Amino acid sequence: MNLPVIIKFVIDLLAVLLLALGIKGLSKVKSARDANRLAAFAMSLSVVGLLSYYLGTSGIAIQSWIWIIIGSITGSLFGAILAKKVPMTSMPETVALFNGCGGMSSLLVALGVAIFPISSGQENFDFFKSLINEVSISVSIFVGAITFTGSIVAMAKLQGWLSTPGWTQSKVRHFVNIVFAVASLIAFFDLINGNTSSIWLLVIVSSLLGIGVTLPIGGADMPVVISLLNSYSGIAAAAAGFVVDSQLLIVAGAMVGAAGLILTQVMCKGMNRSLVSVLFGGSLSAQSTASSGSGEYTNITSCSVEECALTLEAANKVIIVPGYGLAVAQAQHTLREVTKKLEQNGIDVVYAIHPVAGRMPGHMNVLLAEADVPYEQLKEMDVVNPDFPATDVVLVLGANDVVNPQAKNDSSSPLYGMPVLDVQEARTVFVIKRGMSAGYSGIKNDLFDLPNTSMVFGDAKKVLNDLIGELKDLGVGEK
Amino acid sequence: MSFISLLWVLLLGSLLGLELIGKVPPTLHTPLMSGANAISGITMLAALTLIVKAEGNVPLLIIGSVSLGFALFNVVGGFFVTDRMLAMFSRKPSNKK
Repeated sequence: MNLPVIIKFVIDLLAVLLLALGIKGLSKVKSARDANRLAAFAMSLSVVGLLSYYLGTSGIAIQSWIWIIIGSITGSLFGAILAKKVPMTSMPETVALFNGCGGMSSLLVALGVAIFPISSGQENFDFFKSLINEVSISVSIFVGAITFTGSIVAMAKLQGWLSTPGWTQSKVRHFVNIVFAVASLIAFFDLINGNTSSIWLLVIVSSLLGIGVTLPIGGADMPVVISLLNSYSGIAAAAAGFVVDSQLLIVAGAMVGAAGLILTQVMCKGMNRSLVSVLFGGSLSAQSTASSGSGEYTNITSCSVEECALTLEAANKVIIVPGYGLAVAQAQHTLREVTKKLEQNGIDVVYAIHPVAGRMPGHMNVLLAEADVPYEQLKEMDVVNPDFPATDVVLVLGANDVVNPQAKNDSSSPLYGMPVLDVQEARTVFVIKRGMSAGYSGIKNDLFDLPNTSMVFGDAKKVLNDLIGELKDLGVGEK
Repeated sequence: MSFISLLWVLLLGSLLGLELIGKVPPTLHTPLMSGANAISGITMLAALTLIVKAEGNVPLLIIGSVSLGFALFNVVGGFFVTDRMLAMFSRKPSNKK
Protein backbone atom coordinates (compact mmCIF):
# COMPACT_ATOMS: atom_id res chain seq x y z
CA MET A 1 0.00 0.00 0.00
CA ASN A 2 1.42 3.32 -0.99
CA LEU A 3 0.80 6.65 0.63
CA PRO A 4 -2.11 7.99 -1.51
CA VAL A 5 -4.04 4.77 -0.91
CA ILE A 6 -3.51 4.98 2.83
CA ILE A 7 -4.48 8.65 2.96
CA LYS A 8 -7.66 8.00 0.98
CA PHE A 9 -8.47 5.04 3.20
CA VAL A 10 -8.15 7.13 6.34
CA ILE A 11 -10.15 10.02 4.91
CA ASP A 12 -12.91 7.72 3.70
CA LEU A 13 -13.14 6.08 7.09
CA LEU A 14 -13.32 9.45 8.79
CA ALA A 15 -15.97 10.65 6.32
CA VAL A 16 -18.17 7.60 6.97
CA LEU A 17 -17.86 8.10 10.70
CA LEU A 18 -18.77 11.77 10.47
CA LEU A 19 -21.70 11.08 8.13
CA ALA A 20 -23.06 8.48 10.55
CA LEU A 21 -22.70 10.93 13.44
CA GLY A 22 -24.37 13.55 11.28
CA ILE A 23 -27.45 11.43 10.57
CA LYS A 24 -27.60 10.44 14.23
CA GLY A 25 -27.36 14.06 15.36
CA LEU A 26 -30.06 15.17 12.91
CA SER A 27 -32.60 13.16 14.85
CA LYS A 28 -32.26 15.31 17.98
CA VAL A 29 -33.42 18.92 18.19
CA LYS A 30 -30.42 20.14 20.15
CA SER A 31 -27.71 18.73 17.96
CA ALA A 32 -29.48 18.92 14.61
CA ARG A 33 -27.90 22.06 13.23
CA ASP A 34 -24.35 21.11 14.14
CA ALA A 35 -24.97 17.62 12.82
CA ASN A 36 -26.05 19.01 9.47
CA ARG A 37 -22.84 21.01 9.26
CA LEU A 38 -20.85 17.99 10.31
CA ALA A 39 -22.37 15.98 7.47
CA ALA A 40 -21.63 18.79 5.02
CA PHE A 41 -18.03 18.84 6.26
CA ALA A 42 -17.77 15.07 5.85
CA MET A 43 -18.97 15.39 2.27
CA SER A 44 -16.35 17.99 1.38
CA LEU A 45 -13.75 15.89 3.15
CA SER A 46 -14.65 12.94 0.95
CA VAL A 47 -14.14 15.07 -2.17
CA VAL A 48 -10.72 16.16 -0.93
CA GLY A 49 -9.88 12.53 -0.22
CA LEU A 50 -10.85 11.39 -3.71
CA LEU A 51 -9.08 14.22 -5.52
CA SER A 52 -5.89 13.85 -3.48
CA TYR A 53 -5.90 10.15 -4.22
CA TYR A 54 -6.03 10.73 -7.97
CA LEU A 55 -3.47 13.52 -7.75
CA GLY A 56 -1.14 11.16 -5.92
CA THR A 57 -1.62 8.24 -8.29
CA SER A 58 -2.67 8.77 -11.88
CA GLY A 59 -2.81 12.56 -11.79
CA ILE A 60 -5.72 14.63 -13.05
CA ALA A 61 -5.59 16.06 -16.57
CA ILE A 62 -6.15 19.77 -17.14
CA GLN A 63 -9.13 18.94 -19.29
CA SER A 64 -10.69 16.99 -16.42
CA TRP A 65 -10.16 19.90 -14.06
CA ILE A 66 -11.99 22.20 -16.45
CA TRP A 67 -15.03 19.94 -16.59
CA ILE A 68 -14.93 19.37 -12.84
CA ILE A 69 -14.96 23.11 -12.25
CA ILE A 70 -17.73 23.78 -14.78
CA GLY A 71 -19.95 21.06 -13.31
CA SER A 72 -19.38 21.88 -9.69
CA ILE A 73 -19.77 25.63 -10.02
CA THR A 74 -23.04 25.48 -11.95
CA GLY A 75 -24.50 22.81 -9.70
CA SER A 76 -23.49 24.47 -6.44
CA LEU A 77 -24.55 27.90 -7.58
CA PHE A 78 -28.05 26.86 -8.62
CA GLY A 79 -28.41 24.73 -5.50
CA ALA A 80 -27.36 27.56 -3.21
CA ILE A 81 -29.55 30.13 -4.92
CA LEU A 82 -32.62 27.92 -4.81
CA ALA A 83 -31.96 26.99 -1.18
CA LYS A 84 -31.73 30.64 -0.16
CA LYS A 85 -34.69 31.88 -2.14
CA VAL A 86 -37.32 29.21 -1.78
CA PRO A 87 -40.11 30.10 0.68
CA MET A 88 -40.47 27.84 3.69
CA THR A 89 -43.95 26.86 2.59
CA SER A 90 -42.68 25.04 -0.47
CA MET A 91 -40.10 23.01 1.40
CA PRO A 92 -41.53 19.60 0.47
CA GLU A 93 -41.34 20.24 -3.26
CA THR A 94 -37.83 21.64 -2.90
CA VAL A 95 -36.64 18.51 -1.16
CA ALA A 96 -38.29 16.51 -3.94
CA LEU A 97 -36.47 18.49 -6.61
CA PHE A 98 -33.06 18.10 -4.93
CA ASN A 99 -33.72 14.45 -4.46
CA GLY A 100 -34.64 13.94 -8.10
CA CYS A 101 -31.38 15.54 -9.17
CA GLY A 102 -29.43 13.16 -6.94
CA GLY A 103 -31.15 10.28 -8.71
CA MET A 104 -30.37 11.85 -12.08
CA SER A 105 -26.71 12.06 -11.14
CA SER A 106 -26.51 8.34 -10.35
CA LEU A 107 -28.30 7.57 -13.60
CA LEU A 108 -25.84 9.63 -15.64
CA VAL A 109 -22.82 8.04 -14.02
CA ALA A 110 -24.10 4.56 -14.82
CA LEU A 111 -25.02 5.63 -18.33
CA GLY A 112 -21.58 7.12 -18.90
CA VAL A 113 -19.83 3.98 -17.71
CA ALA A 114 -22.13 1.80 -19.80
CA ILE A 115 -21.56 3.71 -23.04
CA PHE A 116 -17.86 4.34 -22.55
CA PRO A 117 -16.40 1.63 -20.31
CA ILE A 118 -13.60 3.10 -18.18
CA SER A 119 -10.26 1.33 -18.44
CA SER A 120 -9.70 -0.26 -15.08
CA GLY A 121 -6.10 -1.25 -15.80
CA GLN A 122 -6.75 -4.96 -15.94
CA GLU A 123 -7.89 -5.78 -19.43
CA ASN A 124 -8.34 -9.53 -18.98
CA PHE A 125 -12.02 -10.30 -19.37
CA ASP A 126 -13.65 -11.70 -16.30
CA PHE A 127 -17.18 -12.94 -16.81
CA PHE A 128 -18.16 -12.69 -13.15
CA LYS A 129 -16.82 -9.17 -12.83
CA SER A 130 -18.50 -7.95 -15.98
CA LEU A 131 -21.79 -9.49 -14.85
CA ILE A 132 -21.58 -7.60 -11.56
CA ASN A 133 -20.73 -4.49 -13.47
CA GLU A 134 -23.77 -4.83 -15.74
CA VAL A 135 -26.09 -5.60 -12.85
CA SER A 136 -24.91 -2.60 -10.88
CA ILE A 137 -25.19 -0.35 -13.93
CA SER A 138 -28.75 -1.56 -14.54
CA VAL A 139 -29.77 -1.09 -10.91
CA SER A 140 -28.24 2.36 -10.84
CA ILE A 141 -30.08 3.38 -14.01
CA PHE A 142 -33.36 1.78 -12.95
CA VAL A 143 -33.46 3.27 -9.46
CA GLY A 144 -31.92 6.57 -10.58
CA ALA A 145 -34.54 7.06 -13.30
CA ILE A 146 -37.44 6.20 -10.99
CA THR A 147 -36.08 8.59 -8.38
CA PHE A 148 -35.73 11.36 -10.91
CA THR A 149 -39.08 11.18 -12.67
CA GLY A 150 -40.91 10.23 -9.48
CA SER A 151 -39.48 13.22 -7.63
CA ILE A 152 -40.25 15.59 -10.47
CA VAL A 153 -43.85 14.39 -10.61
CA ALA A 154 -44.11 14.70 -6.82
CA MET A 155 -42.80 18.24 -7.03
CA ALA A 156 -45.14 19.19 -9.86
CA LYS A 157 -48.13 17.80 -7.98
CA LEU A 158 -47.25 19.64 -4.79
CA GLN A 159 -46.76 22.84 -6.76
CA GLY A 160 -50.15 22.32 -8.34
CA TRP A 161 -48.69 22.07 -11.85
CA LEU A 162 -50.03 18.57 -12.23
CA SER A 163 -53.37 17.24 -11.12
CA THR A 164 -54.30 13.61 -10.72
CA PRO A 165 -55.60 12.36 -14.06
CA GLY A 166 -58.78 10.34 -13.83
CA TRP A 167 -57.46 7.18 -15.45
CA THR A 168 -54.77 6.89 -12.83
CA GLN A 169 -57.47 6.19 -10.26
CA SER A 170 -58.85 3.24 -12.15
CA LYS A 171 -57.39 -0.24 -12.25
CA VAL A 172 -55.77 0.60 -15.59
CA ARG A 173 -52.82 2.13 -13.82
CA HIS A 174 -51.76 -1.19 -12.27
CA PHE A 175 -51.78 -2.75 -15.71
CA VAL A 176 -49.76 0.11 -17.21
CA ASN A 177 -47.21 0.02 -14.41
CA ILE A 178 -46.86 -3.75 -14.63
CA VAL A 179 -46.15 -3.36 -18.36
CA PHE A 180 -43.43 -0.80 -17.58
CA ALA A 181 -41.96 -3.03 -14.87
CA VAL A 182 -41.89 -6.08 -17.14
CA ALA A 183 -40.35 -4.03 -19.93
CA SER A 184 -37.61 -2.85 -17.54
CA LEU A 185 -36.95 -6.46 -16.61
CA ILE A 186 -36.67 -7.44 -20.28
CA ALA A 187 -34.30 -4.56 -20.96
CA PHE A 188 -32.28 -5.58 -17.93
CA PHE A 189 -31.79 -9.18 -19.11
CA ASP A 190 -31.13 -8.02 -22.64
CA LEU A 191 -28.41 -5.76 -21.29
CA ILE A 192 -26.77 -8.57 -19.37
CA ASN A 193 -26.87 -10.66 -22.53
CA GLY A 194 -24.56 -8.09 -24.04
CA ASN A 195 -27.04 -6.03 -26.02
CA THR A 196 -25.85 -2.58 -24.99
CA SER A 197 -28.45 -0.68 -26.98
CA SER A 198 -31.21 -1.91 -24.70
CA ILE A 199 -29.81 0.44 -22.09
CA TRP A 200 -31.92 3.18 -23.69
CA LEU A 201 -35.00 1.03 -23.37
CA LEU A 202 -34.16 0.63 -19.68
CA VAL A 203 -33.76 4.39 -19.26
CA ILE A 204 -37.10 5.10 -20.94
CA VAL A 205 -39.26 2.47 -19.29
CA SER A 206 -37.88 3.02 -15.81
CA SER A 207 -38.49 6.76 -16.22
CA LEU A 208 -42.06 6.01 -17.28
CA LEU A 209 -42.44 3.64 -14.33
CA GLY A 210 -41.39 6.45 -11.98
CA ILE A 211 -44.09 8.67 -13.45
CA GLY A 212 -46.73 5.94 -13.51
CA VAL A 213 -46.18 5.01 -9.87
CA THR A 214 -46.15 8.56 -8.50
CA LEU A 215 -48.91 10.14 -10.58
CA PRO A 216 -51.87 8.34 -8.93
CA ILE A 217 -50.77 9.21 -5.41
CA GLY A 218 -52.79 11.93 -3.74
CA GLY A 219 -51.24 15.09 -2.39
CA ALA A 220 -51.81 14.14 1.24
CA ASP A 221 -49.60 11.11 0.85
CA MET A 222 -46.89 12.96 -1.05
CA PRO A 223 -44.55 13.44 1.95
CA VAL A 224 -44.38 9.70 2.40
CA VAL A 225 -43.59 9.30 -1.27
CA ILE A 226 -40.85 11.93 -1.14
CA SER A 227 -39.34 10.21 1.87
CA LEU A 228 -39.44 6.90 0.01
CA LEU A 229 -37.89 8.43 -3.09
CA ASN A 230 -35.22 9.87 -0.82
CA SER A 231 -34.47 6.35 0.29
CA TYR A 232 -34.33 5.30 -3.38
CA SER A 233 -31.77 7.96 -4.20
CA GLY A 234 -29.61 6.46 -1.47
CA ILE A 235 -29.96 3.06 -3.10
CA ALA A 236 -29.11 4.59 -6.48
CA ALA A 237 -25.98 6.10 -4.95
CA ALA A 238 -25.00 2.74 -3.48
CA ALA A 239 -25.50 1.11 -6.88
CA ALA A 240 -23.34 3.81 -8.46
CA GLY A 241 -20.77 2.91 -5.80
CA PHE A 242 -20.66 -0.62 -7.20
CA VAL A 243 -20.29 0.79 -10.71
CA VAL A 244 -17.22 2.87 -9.89
CA ASP A 245 -15.94 0.56 -7.15
CA SER A 246 -16.22 3.01 -4.26
CA GLN A 247 -16.80 1.74 -0.72
CA LEU A 248 -17.58 5.19 0.58
CA LEU A 249 -20.40 5.59 -1.92
CA ILE A 250 -21.81 2.20 -1.00
CA VAL A 251 -21.75 2.88 2.74
CA ALA A 252 -23.20 6.38 2.47
CA GLY A 253 -25.82 5.30 -0.07
CA ALA A 254 -26.85 2.31 2.00
CA MET A 255 -27.05 4.44 5.11
CA VAL A 256 -29.32 6.99 3.46
CA GLY A 257 -31.37 4.24 1.86
CA ALA A 258 -31.98 2.45 5.15
CA ALA A 259 -32.50 5.61 7.17
CA GLY A 260 -34.94 6.89 4.55
CA LEU A 261 -36.89 3.67 4.76
CA ILE A 262 -37.20 3.96 8.55
CA LEU A 263 -38.25 7.59 8.26
CA THR A 264 -40.88 6.62 5.70
CA GLN A 265 -42.20 4.02 8.11
CA VAL A 266 -42.33 6.56 10.95
CA MET A 267 -44.24 9.01 8.73
CA CYS A 268 -46.72 6.37 7.64
CA LYS A 269 -47.46 5.61 11.26
CA GLY A 270 -48.08 9.28 11.98
CA MET A 271 -50.62 9.43 9.17
CA ASN A 272 -52.16 6.09 9.96
CA ARG A 273 -51.45 4.82 6.47
CA SER A 274 -49.61 1.70 5.48
CA LEU A 275 -46.90 2.02 2.89
CA VAL A 276 -48.73 -0.44 0.66
CA SER A 277 -51.92 1.60 0.67
CA VAL A 278 -49.98 4.77 -0.05
CA LEU A 279 -48.25 3.21 -3.02
CA PHE A 280 -51.05 1.21 -4.53
CA GLY A 281 -54.22 2.56 -2.96
CA GLY A 282 -54.45 5.63 -5.12
CA SER A 283 -55.58 8.98 -3.82
CA LEU A 284 -57.58 9.03 -0.61
CA SER A 285 -60.22 11.39 -1.95
CA ALA A 286 -61.05 9.00 -4.77
CA GLN A 287 -61.92 6.26 -2.30
CA SER A 288 -63.86 8.52 -0.03
CA THR A 289 -66.29 9.85 -2.60
CA ALA A 290 -67.38 6.28 -3.15
CA SER A 291 -67.67 5.19 0.46
CA SER A 292 -68.24 7.80 3.10
CA GLY A 293 -67.74 11.53 3.10
CA SER A 294 -71.17 11.86 1.60
CA GLY A 295 -73.81 13.95 3.24
CA GLU A 296 -74.31 17.65 3.43
CA TYR A 297 -73.58 19.91 6.32
CA THR A 298 -76.80 20.53 8.21
CA ASN A 299 -75.87 22.59 11.20
CA ILE A 300 -73.29 25.17 10.25
CA THR A 301 -72.94 28.15 12.56
CA SER A 302 -71.09 31.02 11.06
CA CYS A 303 -69.98 33.98 13.09
CA SER A 304 -68.26 37.31 12.67
CA VAL A 305 -64.73 38.25 13.59
CA GLU A 306 -66.11 40.50 16.28
CA GLU A 307 -67.84 37.63 18.08
CA CYS A 308 -64.68 35.64 17.82
CA ALA A 309 -62.68 38.45 19.38
CA LEU A 310 -65.19 38.81 22.24
CA THR A 311 -64.99 35.13 23.05
CA LEU A 312 -61.21 35.18 22.89
CA GLU A 313 -61.04 38.11 25.24
CA ALA A 314 -63.02 36.26 27.87
CA ALA A 315 -60.98 33.08 27.58
CA ASN A 316 -58.38 31.79 29.99
CA LYS A 317 -56.89 29.07 27.85
CA VAL A 318 -56.65 29.13 24.08
CA ILE A 319 -55.26 26.43 21.81
CA ILE A 320 -54.32 27.24 18.24
CA VAL A 321 -54.50 24.45 15.66
CA PRO A 322 -52.52 25.55 12.61
CA GLY A 323 -52.72 23.73 9.29
CA TYR A 324 -51.43 24.09 5.80
CA GLY A 325 -54.04 26.72 4.96
CA LEU A 326 -52.31 29.02 7.40
CA ALA A 327 -49.03 28.53 5.60
CA VAL A 328 -50.59 29.12 2.20
CA ALA A 329 -52.06 32.39 3.39
CA GLN A 330 -48.61 33.29 4.77
CA ALA A 331 -50.42 34.20 7.94
CA GLN A 332 -48.07 32.73 10.54
CA HIS A 333 -46.64 36.16 11.38
CA THR A 334 -50.09 37.69 11.72
CA LEU A 335 -51.10 34.79 13.91
CA ARG A 336 -48.12 35.50 16.12
CA GLU A 337 -49.37 39.09 16.51
CA VAL A 338 -52.75 37.84 17.65
CA THR A 339 -51.31 35.41 20.16
CA LYS A 340 -48.95 38.07 21.51
CA LYS A 341 -51.94 40.26 22.29
CA LEU A 342 -53.72 37.39 24.00
CA GLU A 343 -50.65 36.54 26.03
CA GLN A 344 -50.28 40.13 27.15
CA ASN A 345 -53.79 39.84 28.54
CA GLY A 346 -52.72 36.86 30.61
CA ILE A 347 -54.37 34.28 28.41
CA ASP A 348 -52.62 30.94 28.22
CA VAL A 349 -51.88 30.19 24.54
CA VAL A 350 -50.40 27.03 23.08
CA TYR A 351 -50.18 25.63 19.57
CA ALA A 352 -51.32 22.06 18.96
CA ILE A 353 -49.19 20.49 16.27
CA HIS A 354 -50.54 17.40 14.62
CA PRO A 355 -47.73 15.09 13.44
CA VAL A 356 -48.64 15.72 9.82
CA ALA A 357 -49.74 19.35 10.05
CA GLY A 358 -48.61 21.17 6.95
CA ARG A 359 -47.56 19.15 3.98
CA MET A 360 -44.85 17.21 5.69
CA PRO A 361 -44.24 16.04 9.23
CA GLY A 362 -42.44 18.81 11.05
CA HIS A 363 -43.28 21.32 8.36
CA MET A 364 -45.57 23.34 10.62
CA ASN A 365 -42.91 23.57 13.32
CA VAL A 366 -40.55 25.08 10.79
CA LEU A 367 -43.14 27.61 9.65
CA LEU A 368 -44.08 28.68 13.17
CA ALA A 369 -40.45 28.88 14.21
CA GLU A 370 -39.99 31.24 11.30
CA ALA A 371 -42.63 33.49 12.84
CA ASP A 372 -40.76 33.51 16.18
CA VAL A 373 -43.24 31.37 18.04
CA PRO A 374 -41.43 30.13 21.17
CA TYR A 375 -40.57 26.49 20.87
CA GLU A 376 -42.14 25.67 24.26
CA GLN A 377 -45.57 26.75 23.03
CA LEU A 378 -45.62 24.10 20.33
CA LYS A 379 -47.28 21.04 21.80
CA GLU A 380 -47.40 17.67 20.14
CA MET A 381 -50.69 15.89 19.72
CA ASP A 382 -50.31 13.34 22.52
CA VAL A 383 -49.32 16.05 24.97
CA VAL A 384 -52.08 18.48 24.10
CA ASN A 385 -55.04 16.15 23.61
CA PRO A 386 -55.85 15.76 27.34
CA ASP A 387 -55.91 19.57 27.61
CA PHE A 388 -58.83 20.20 25.28
CA PRO A 389 -61.66 19.65 27.81
CA ALA A 390 -60.15 22.39 30.00
CA THR A 391 -59.78 24.76 27.08
CA ASP A 392 -62.06 27.72 26.49
CA VAL A 393 -61.37 28.48 22.86
CA VAL A 394 -59.78 26.51 20.06
CA LEU A 395 -58.80 28.37 16.94
CA VAL A 396 -58.52 26.09 13.93
CA LEU A 397 -56.58 27.81 11.16
CA GLY A 398 -56.46 26.11 7.83
CA ALA A 399 -56.45 22.65 9.32
CA ASN A 400 -59.15 20.21 8.42
CA ASP A 401 -58.60 16.47 8.35
CA VAL A 402 -56.47 16.50 11.48
CA VAL A 403 -59.41 17.79 13.53
CA ASN A 404 -62.07 15.55 12.02
CA PRO A 405 -63.86 13.61 14.77
CA GLN A 406 -64.88 11.06 12.12
CA ALA A 407 -61.47 9.49 12.59
CA LYS A 408 -62.58 8.47 16.07
CA ASN A 409 -66.31 7.90 15.72
CA ASP A 410 -67.09 6.66 12.24
CA SER A 411 -65.59 3.30 11.41
CA SER A 412 -66.77 3.56 7.80
CA SER A 413 -64.72 6.71 7.23
CA PRO A 414 -61.47 6.42 5.30
CA LEU A 415 -59.96 8.56 8.03
CA TYR A 416 -61.02 6.11 10.72
CA GLY A 417 -58.15 5.30 13.05
CA MET A 418 -56.06 8.29 12.12
CA PRO A 419 -54.87 10.05 15.24
CA VAL A 420 -56.60 13.43 15.45
CA LEU A 421 -56.70 16.43 17.74
CA ASP A 422 -59.78 16.29 19.98
CA VAL A 423 -60.72 19.91 19.49
CA GLN A 424 -64.46 19.22 19.85
CA GLU A 425 -63.85 18.66 23.59
CA ALA A 426 -63.15 22.36 24.05
CA ARG A 427 -65.89 24.77 25.08
CA THR A 428 -65.84 26.77 21.85
CA VAL A 429 -64.21 25.99 18.53
CA PHE A 430 -63.64 28.62 15.86
CA VAL A 431 -62.75 27.34 12.43
CA ILE A 432 -61.24 29.98 10.19
CA LYS A 433 -61.70 28.79 6.66
CA ARG A 434 -62.17 30.22 3.23
CA GLY A 435 -65.24 28.20 2.36
CA MET A 436 -66.92 24.89 2.98
CA SER A 437 -64.60 22.96 0.70
CA ALA A 438 -63.31 19.65 1.98
CA GLY A 439 -59.81 19.08 3.30
CA TYR A 440 -56.97 17.37 1.57
CA SER A 441 -58.55 13.97 1.93
CA GLY A 442 -61.75 15.31 0.35
CA ILE A 443 -63.82 14.12 3.29
CA LYS A 444 -66.61 15.93 5.05
CA ASN A 445 -65.61 17.21 8.46
CA ASP A 446 -68.16 16.40 11.17
CA LEU A 447 -66.58 18.98 13.42
CA PHE A 448 -68.18 21.80 11.45
CA ASP A 449 -71.65 20.50 12.27
CA LEU A 450 -71.14 20.42 16.02
CA PRO A 451 -73.03 22.99 18.10
CA ASN A 452 -69.91 24.34 19.79
CA THR A 453 -68.22 24.99 16.47
CA SER A 454 -68.49 28.33 14.69
CA MET A 455 -67.14 29.03 11.27
CA VAL A 456 -65.37 32.29 10.53
CA PHE A 457 -65.24 32.49 6.76
CA GLY A 458 -62.43 34.30 5.04
CA ASP A 459 -58.79 34.20 4.12
CA ALA A 460 -56.74 33.32 7.20
CA LYS A 461 -54.51 36.36 6.94
CA LYS A 462 -57.39 38.79 6.49
CA VAL A 463 -59.41 37.29 9.32
CA LEU A 464 -56.41 37.44 11.64
CA ASN A 465 -55.74 41.03 10.68
CA ASP A 466 -59.36 41.91 11.41
CA LEU A 467 -59.04 40.03 14.66
CA ILE A 468 -56.08 42.16 15.67
CA GLY A 469 -58.19 45.25 15.00
CA GLU A 470 -61.11 43.93 17.02
CA LEU A 471 -58.86 42.94 19.89
CA LYS A 472 -57.35 46.40 19.86
CA ASP A 473 -60.81 47.94 20.08
CA LEU A 474 -61.52 45.74 23.07
CA GLY A 475 -58.32 46.93 24.68
CA VAL A 476 -56.74 43.51 24.70
CA GLY A 477 -52.99 43.51 24.99
CA GLU A 478 -52.70 47.18 25.88
CA LYS A 479 -52.00 47.54 29.49
CA MET B 1 -12.03 -4.43 -3.83
CA SER B 2 -13.57 -7.80 -4.31
CA PHE B 3 -17.28 -8.01 -4.94
CA ILE B 4 -17.88 -9.97 -1.75
CA SER B 5 -16.28 -7.35 0.45
CA LEU B 6 -18.30 -4.66 -1.31
CA LEU B 7 -21.43 -6.63 -0.46
CA TRP B 8 -20.31 -6.68 3.18
CA VAL B 9 -19.89 -2.94 3.01
CA LEU B 10 -23.43 -2.64 1.62
CA LEU B 11 -24.86 -4.85 4.33
CA LEU B 12 -23.09 -3.10 7.20
CA GLY B 13 -23.94 0.32 5.78
CA SER B 14 -27.63 -0.60 5.63
CA LEU B 15 -27.59 -1.92 9.19
CA LEU B 16 -25.93 1.27 10.34
CA GLY B 17 -28.62 3.34 8.62
CA LEU B 18 -31.37 1.29 10.25
CA GLU B 19 -29.76 1.71 13.66
CA LEU B 20 -29.10 5.43 13.38
CA ILE B 21 -32.69 6.55 13.24
CA GLY B 22 -34.50 5.10 16.19
CA LYS B 23 -36.79 7.72 17.59
CA VAL B 24 -37.17 10.97 15.72
CA PRO B 25 -39.46 13.71 17.01
CA PRO B 26 -41.96 14.68 14.28
CA THR B 27 -40.52 18.18 14.42
CA LEU B 28 -37.38 16.91 12.81
CA HIS B 29 -38.86 14.75 10.07
CA THR B 30 -38.57 17.41 7.41
CA PRO B 31 -35.02 18.56 8.26
CA LEU B 32 -33.86 14.97 8.68
CA MET B 33 -35.29 14.00 5.32
CA SER B 34 -33.70 16.98 3.69
CA GLY B 35 -30.34 16.36 5.39
CA ALA B 36 -30.29 12.67 4.45
CA ASN B 37 -31.27 13.73 0.96
CA ALA B 38 -28.21 15.98 0.75
CA ILE B 39 -26.02 13.05 1.76
CA SER B 40 -27.46 10.93 -1.04
CA GLY B 41 -25.77 13.43 -3.37
CA ILE B 42 -22.59 11.54 -2.50
CA THR B 43 -22.81 10.27 -6.10
CA MET B 44 -20.79 13.38 -6.83
CA LEU B 45 -17.78 11.18 -6.02
CA ALA B 46 -18.80 8.76 -8.77
CA ALA B 47 -19.19 11.68 -11.18
CA LEU B 48 -15.71 12.94 -10.22
CA THR B 49 -14.23 9.49 -10.79
CA LEU B 50 -15.87 9.40 -14.20
CA ILE B 51 -14.37 12.75 -15.19
CA VAL B 52 -10.90 11.88 -13.92
CA LYS B 53 -10.88 8.55 -15.73
CA ALA B 54 -12.38 9.90 -18.95
CA GLU B 55 -8.92 10.33 -20.48
CA GLY B 56 -9.90 13.03 -22.91
CA ASN B 57 -13.11 11.36 -24.05
CA VAL B 58 -15.19 14.51 -24.50
CA PRO B 59 -18.72 13.00 -24.43
CA LEU B 60 -17.80 11.16 -21.25
CA LEU B 61 -16.37 14.36 -19.77
CA ILE B 62 -19.63 16.14 -20.52
CA ILE B 63 -21.76 13.37 -19.02
CA GLY B 64 -19.56 13.37 -15.94
CA SER B 65 -19.71 17.13 -15.65
CA VAL B 66 -23.51 17.25 -15.96
CA SER B 67 -23.79 14.43 -13.44
CA LEU B 68 -21.48 16.31 -11.09
CA GLY B 69 -23.63 19.40 -11.50
CA PHE B 70 -26.82 17.52 -10.63
CA ALA B 71 -25.16 15.90 -7.62
CA LEU B 72 -23.76 19.15 -6.28
CA PHE B 73 -27.11 20.86 -6.82
CA ASN B 74 -28.51 18.19 -4.52
CA VAL B 75 -25.68 18.40 -1.97
CA VAL B 76 -25.22 22.15 -1.72
CA GLY B 77 -28.92 22.97 -1.97
CA GLY B 78 -29.81 20.19 0.45
CA PHE B 79 -27.42 21.24 3.18
CA PHE B 80 -28.25 24.92 2.85
CA VAL B 81 -31.96 24.38 2.98
CA THR B 82 -31.61 22.05 5.98
CA ASP B 83 -29.52 24.65 7.74
CA ARG B 84 -32.13 27.29 7.01
CA MET B 85 -34.83 25.15 8.58
CA LEU B 86 -32.76 24.23 11.61
CA ALA B 87 -31.66 27.81 12.16
CA MET B 88 -35.28 28.58 12.99
CA PHE B 89 -35.41 26.00 15.74
CA SER B 90 -32.22 27.13 17.36
CA ARG B 91 -33.41 30.73 17.54
CA LYS B 92 -34.23 30.47 21.22
CA PRO B 93 -36.94 32.74 22.60
CA SER B 94 -35.07 35.46 24.47
CA ASN B 95 -38.06 37.77 24.87
CA LYS B 96 -40.08 35.72 27.32
CA LYS B 97 -41.55 38.93 28.75
